[in-house]
Amino acid sequence: MTLTKAELADLLFEKVGLNKRESKDMVECFFEEIRLALERGDCVKLSGFGNFQLRDKPQRPGRNPKTGEEIPITARRVVTFHSSQKLKAAVELLSDANKQP
Amino acid sequence: MTKSELIARLAERFPQLVAKDADYAVKMIIDAMTEALATGDRIEIRGFGSFALNYRPPRVGRNPKSGEKVHVPEKYVPHFKAGKELRERVDIRE
Repeated sequence: MTLTKAELADLLFEKVGLNKRESKDMVECFFEEIRLALERGDCVKLSGFGNFQLRDKPQRPGRNPKTGEEIPITARRVVTFHSSQKLKAAVELLSDANKQP
Repeated sequence: MTKSELIARLAERFPQLVAKDADYAVKMIIDAMTEALATGDRIEIRGFGSFALNYRPPRVGRNPKSGEKVHVPEKYVPHFKAGKELRERVDIRE
C-alpha cells in the first residue's frame, strides 16, 4: 500500500468534515506551502514529524559512466529531510516479523 | 517555517473554514504520514517527493563513553527523496 494525496484528501473529508473540494485543495496547499517555504530558502520544521532543510552543494567533478568522459556536476541547492525522534521511534519498531516495506 | 506558521498560512488560504479546521487538517495529514511509515507503507506525493524506509542490518556498536561493545538490532529508518518539481523549484541555478 502507498499513501497518496487522494487517501489524505479522503481522510480530511471523513475525519475533519471538509467537503470533497476543500479536502483536495487542503492537501494540495499543505504540500504547496512547504514547497513555497523551501523555494524562498526557508527550512520547514514539522514538530513530531521532521525537518526539511536546504543544502548548497558546490560544483564537483563527475563522469559520464558510459563514456568515462569528465563533466562537472554544477553547484546546486538540494532538499534534505531529517526525521524527528518521534518518527524514528515509530518506524524502528518495524521488525522482519512485521510487514516488509 | 514551523508547523504553527504552516497552519496559519493554510487558515489564510481557506477563509471560509474556522481556524481550528486548518489546525486539525495539518495534524491529521502528519499523523497519517507517520502511521503509513510506521506500518511499512510508502508515501508518494506527486510533485513533492516520496518517503520510504531503508533497512539497517544489525551491527555491533560501541558505547563511546565506556568503549563497551553493544549489540545494535536491525531497524528501519525513514528516507525522503524530493520529486522533480520540488527539486527544480528549490535549485538556485538560473
